[in-house]
Amino acid sequence: MKPFVQLDGLVCAMDRANVDTDAIIPKQFLKSIKRSGFGPNLFDEWRYLDQGEPSMDNSTRPLNPDFELNLPRNQGAQILLARDNFGCGSSREHAPWAIEDFGFRALIAPSFADIFFNNCFKNGLLPIVQPAAVVDQLFNEAKAEGYRLNIDLQAQTITTPAGQVFSFEVTEHRKHCLLNGLDEIGLTLAHRDEIAAFEAKRQAQQPWLFAK
Amino acid sequence: MAIPDMAQILSAKTLYDKLWHSHVVREEADGTCLIYIDRHLVHEVTSPQAFEGLKLAKRQPWRKSSVVATADHNTPTNEWEKGIQDPISRLQVETLDANIKEFGALAYFPFKDQRQGIVHVVGPENGATLPGMTVVCGDSHTSTHGAFAALAHGIGTSEVEHVLATQTLVAKKSKAMLVRVDGKLGTGVTAKDVALAIIGKIGTAGGTGYAIEFGGEAIRSLSMEGRMTLCNMAIEGGARAGMVAVDDKTIEYLKGRPFSPSAEQWDAAVASWRELVSDEGAVFDAVVELRAEDIEPQVTWGTSPEQVLGVSGKVPNPANEADPVKRGSYERALQYMGLSADTPLTEIAIDKVFIGSCTNSRIEDLRAAASVIKGKKKADSVKLVLIVPGSGLVKAQAEAEGLDQIFIEAGFEWREPGCSMCLAMNADRLAPGERCASTSNRNFEGRQGQGGRTHLVSPEMAAAAAIAGHFVDVRHFN
Repeated sequence: MKPFVQLDGLVCAMDRANVDTDAIIPKQFLKSIKRSGFGPNLFDEWRYLDQGEPSMDNSTRPLNPDFELNLPRNQGAQILLARDNFGCGSSREHAPWAIEDFGFRALIAPSFADIFFNNCFKNGLLPIVQPAAVVDQLFNEAKAEGYRLNIDLQAQTITTPAGQVFSFEVTEHRKHCLLNGLDEIGLTLAHRDEIAAFEAKRQAQQPWLFAK
Repeated sequence: MAIPDMAQILSAKTLYDKLWHSHVVREEADGTCLIYIDRHLVHEVTSPQAFEGLKLAKRQPWRKSSVVATADHNTPTNEWEKGIQDPISRLQVETLDANIKEFGALAYFPFKDQRQGIVHVVGPENGATLPGMTVVCGDSHTSTHGAFAALAHGIGTSEVEHVLATQTLVAKKSKAMLVRVDGKLGTGVTAKDVALAIIGKIGTAGGTGYAIEFGGEAIRSLSMEGRMTLCNMAIEGGARAGMVAVDDKTIEYLKGRPFSPSAEQWDAAVASWRELVSDEGAVFDAVVELRAEDIEPQVTWGTSPEQVLGVSGKVPNPANEADPVKRGSYERALQYMGLSADTPLTEIAIDKVFIGSCTNSRIEDLRAAASVIKGKKKADSVKLVLIVPGSGLVKAQAEAEGLDQIFIEAGFEWREPGCSMCLAMNADRLAPGERCASTSNRNFEGRQGQGGRTHLVSPEMAAAAAIAGHFVDVRHFN
């Protein structure tokens, strides 16, 4: 996993609530057995004017000129500013894969859906929750072209171009994994004896849970 | 009810507390826990990258007998003799075949197997979901299994790999919410309507950060199938997990199923399951109450499950919404759905009907739909009515009861099991602009096909709409 330490990035504002993972990456692209290459189909139904299919050459498809990701000012954006309940619906990890593959590294919203929020951390993406009033302010400020934010994971801060600083919460465990780009499975397997002991006890007490 | 004293309150645990604490392997200082996973359900869409990850790291599954797998999302629902026509879908299903062959499982129900079906139908009907278990799957509707007083929720593909490799998940405890529905549900009002009414009340983010326990007289009165429908849609209310306490119905349902406890283990198992209720006086972080009598048959009008009303309602007028973000989403929803403000829901005409999905494809759902339409014909204006049973076993049961003939005589299509038009990964989908009465769980833009317009309803309401050609109040339909 790519570590996340600090980011000074262009902000793309997407002013709609309840953006679901079906919108982030539509189902026809879930047929892939790979983890990469989803970026060109991020927000496919909003981003293109035609109907997208996995076999298409995306570079020749007609773009929706009004969609946020297609605006010239948002090219190269690394921070997605969003509204409430971002990432709701399906648990598909293809959603953060597509967001990361497109080039985003961080998201800021008043709230995220639980499964999506969790999936982001497994893929080097930092989802940041901020109070609704702060998000409103950032949406306002992001009307200025070229609006950037500085995100420091170690300090757990977002800094605006005017120097205003907002702090954010992240669990120690997630912060540690993200800062160092750690493989969580390797960390967990360091506790393999504890897991095995727990399992043996459980099997002795409730053998019906262990049908073979 | 006696008022519990302070000592009782302090020691009283919620069902969620009990399920959580009985699975904690270790806890870090920041509250992050390693949680032991009893059952891992696997399907073809969210598992290939996880198995690939195992292979690349040269790891083996920790306990292959925890895995129950089936192919459901991509499988066609007709012309099975032709196999899977779409080569990309076929590759994904064949990849699951190969991965299970290489890594093993307690049970695998591949494409065309008699016990194949939607993973959330297959697990419970085989007794692979038991009270007190943690159940995970790379699918958000894993909350379904909470109907058995299991802690069940969806996970991403990285977590599928993590569970395969370690039999655990890294997680923090959620808050606990009680949704209590007291009173008696009216005739024609189903578990689906209860689920939609709850989401209408709390919103699609109302349960974010919570595990929901459903309780109260109206919940107790639901069958296990109804409880599965309800828990299935907990995720649509934002809660990863929904659950219902154990009672006689839970235990009765599990008797004699293939992976239920053996005769020697049965009494001990039942004794432990009886503990899986919230203690009297247990404190929840949030409590939401509904009266069963207030719940009408529900119809969604927008592109989020919270955009829902009782069938006697009218499409809302965005101009009446004070909150600008909400007003914007209403306007956008009406435009996408091709609806005008203030239209009575019963005047909305439909093009297609879908009865199926992990929400509403069990035998009870098919019986209910059949009972509404017996001896009737679908409206000429309705192009297609798809009936997709949740599994091969449900299909066989329905055919044994003659339900298939009732559907076929009405002009409906009786199909093979699978996820089908709930998410349209196979060939079953809406064309742009088509309007569907659907028993599935998500009315998001494009969910049933790009440009398709979905209205979520119960099986009874969907069946009645197929006959009438538009939504009708099933309570006054005959």
